[in-house]
Amino acid sequence: MESHRLRAGRVIDGFTLEELVHTGGMAALWRVTKPDEPRSMLMKVPFLGEGDDHSAIIGFEIEHMILPRLTGPHVPAVIAVGDFAVLPHLVIERLPGKSLDSRLKDAPLSPEDVCWLGAKIATALQDIHRQHVIHLDVKPANIMLRDNGPAVMIDYGLARHDELPDLLAEESDLPIGTSAYMAPEQVLGIRTDPCSDIFALGVVLYEMASGEKPFGNPTTRAGMRQRLYHEPRPLRALQPHIAPWLQEIILKCLEVDPDDRFQSAGQLAHALRNPDQVVLTERAARTKSPGFVKRVKNWWQGQNRVIAAPMRVADRLDKAPIIMCALDFSVDEADAISDAVKRLVRRLLETDPESRLVCLTVLKTSLVKLDEALDQGGRNIYLKRLVALKDWARSLDLLEESVSFHVIEAVDPAQAILDYAGFNSVDHIVMGARGHSTLRRYLGSVSSRVVAEASCSVTVVRLTRTAEDEEPSGGGQDGAPEAAHTGG
Amino acid sequence: MRIAFCADIHGNRAAFEACLRECERRGYDQMVVLGDVVGYGPDPQWCTDRVRELEAKGALVVRGNHDAALREGTASMNELARTAIEWTLTQLDSASVDYLAALPLSHRQDERLYVHANAWAPALWDYINSPREAERSMRLTEARLSFCGHTHVPVLYHMSAKRPAAAFTPLTGKPIPLSTIRRYLMLVGAVGQPRDRNPAACWALYDTTKREYTIYRVSYDIEATARKIRETAMPQAMAERLAKRLFVGS
Repeated sequence: MESHRLRAGRVIDGFTLEELVHTGGMAALWRVTKPDEPRSMLMKVPFLGEGDDHSAIIGFEIEHMILPRLTGPHVPAVIAVGDFAVLPHLVIERLPGKSLDSRLKDAPLSPEDVCWLGAKIATALQDIHRQHVIHLDVKPANIMLRDNGPAVMIDYGLARHDELPDLLAEESDLPIGTSAYMAPEQVLGIRTDPCSDIFALGVVLYEMASGEKPFGNPTTRAGMRQRLYHEPRPLRALQPHIAPWLQEIILKCLEVDPDDRFQSAGQLAHALRNPDQVVLTERAARTKSPGFVKRVKNWWQGQNRVIAAPMRVADRLDKAPIIMCALDFSVDEADAISDAVKRLVRRLLETDPESRLVCLTVLKTSLVKLDEALDQGGRNIYLKRLVALKDWARSLDLLEESVSFHVIEAVDPAQAILDYAGFNSVDHIVMGARGHSTLRRYLGSVSSRVVAEASCSVTVVRLTRTAEDEEPSGGGQDGAPEAAHTGG
Repeated sequence: MRIAFCADIHGNRAAFEACLRECERRGYDQMVVLGDVVGYGPDPQWCTDRVRELEAKGALVVRGNHDAALREGTASMNELARTAIEWTLTQLDSASVDYLAALPLSHRQDERLYVHANAWAPALWDYINSPREAERSMRLTEARLSFCGHTHVPVLYHMSAKRPAAAFTPLTGKPIPLSTIRRYLMLVGAVGQPRDRNPAACWALYDTTKREYTIYRVSYDIEATARKIRETAMPQAMAERLAKRLFVGS
């Protein structure tokens, strides 16, 4: 077949083959060049000859179908797509840097590196999930790191796009994936849950933190099924210096039931970036493998486990948004507005109980004068705000693990809110807006800028006023929040 | 080339007009009518005239079981379909009956097959309701892509060389890229009487250059069609059942 006869110097669709970079079981990777194309490029050519593995062909069909539909910094850019009838190939940007595989040679990595890298990978996964795609083969060799930049997920041969046919659907009774990293539901043939990628990332994090794979490298189906009932050894049994919060995060990713894991990669990224906000459960305290009785119990549960498959990637993400409420305690009507924000947030949380709430307030600092860390009464302003935030949220009666509190200092509050939301994959910003005043008409308001520039949905809460209250007199009346929605 | 597919119009003028407007708006080079121009709906003559106009301008048209029943009789049909065909015969001029009953059972165009029910026995009108039947049909034609109607439910079946077929329900307005090394069978959904619990009229578009297949749903004046059905001379209970189906989409 064509693909086996490729050699350096040959020109395909205008691309010159320069050097064979890699030959795997499924495809060959060539470094290619093209006049007028300054980018560094790779051509991926699958092995499609007689006797070649049939799954190589399907894998390439899937990548051919999905990769050109993905955009953004977390996927390799597609430069050209070859015609299957002539010579199937994909030309993609050649990423600088190395795969995570090469960094794992130094494992165990420091907890800081595990968190920093883990958050980057989780952010990449969240971006891909938002584009309707589940990767289903998350492993170190498929994670690239742009120099000092975002993580990039490569190799979409097993991926699933929830708006397109699953070309692996007909083989769904077989586990398809990489045995060491595959989620339990994937072992059972379910290919519709983005939480499968969170499990696989949990395995990667475990490996980064300890240098060991939590479920080994099983080669048989029975061996793969063990993860349905076998709890991984607690990380702290391997590396006693690992902090309880990191063990909490990683073991939560490795829960057998997808519903018990982080409900979105964005929520996982947020936890990795805010360790002080991680709520410790029994998972954090484990220091040794479960005893005999627990193992038997787990085994029994594993034998009888039915994992329900969710319908669509979007369904899972929609159910578990990160909602950020930005509160301003420094204004006249702060109480009335923050009450109105709270009523709306309560309704949102009732609709989607898997939501995660991020409560944020910005301490405005000045570029010119040195800021006072203490107020006139000598109290620490930062702590005061934090207490105010927690006090505000108390009556929402939230579970500790579903809410976090952040006081940030910034010169430009709108920019701070936008940056925070973008960095933490926030899905929905809820914030209050003050009434109209002449001054604000000239300066522009924080909320209007957030509405204009945010890359997610924003709900602005205003106090409803009757016509007589329109005059800029002091003191607002508390009223029902009137929400203005903008799509993102 | 952009190919527009309209199947199972079933005498529903309002739905057919709405789909044709949408076809014009999106643009197409080739129209294919996948059978069952009449039956059930209140405007068989108008729909037949319109199809003949389209054919004069290059459309390909195949025969459906309701079109065939105008001449061959209604022995294999259920009571509702039979009643509707008997009424339809009172509405159509004989030239139209001749035209519909004599339509070809299938058309081949490049790597594509257009047929109302299935490829294995087009005149027996067996339904494709599962991947097994889709596979049977795909294996019995040399065409790599088959486009069918008959079931009134939009489904895409796909199959690679040595594997069984799998089913996928296309999403409205979401183009599906088709692989060039796979066989496909598309049930394009119904214009005049959808049965997938979505009452909106359904048509499909295949772009041979981009190799993308898309189904579209169009809202139309269901109330108008239902009113006309109730005003026909069909027995009232039958007319009521036919009208109700349009609102439920089943």
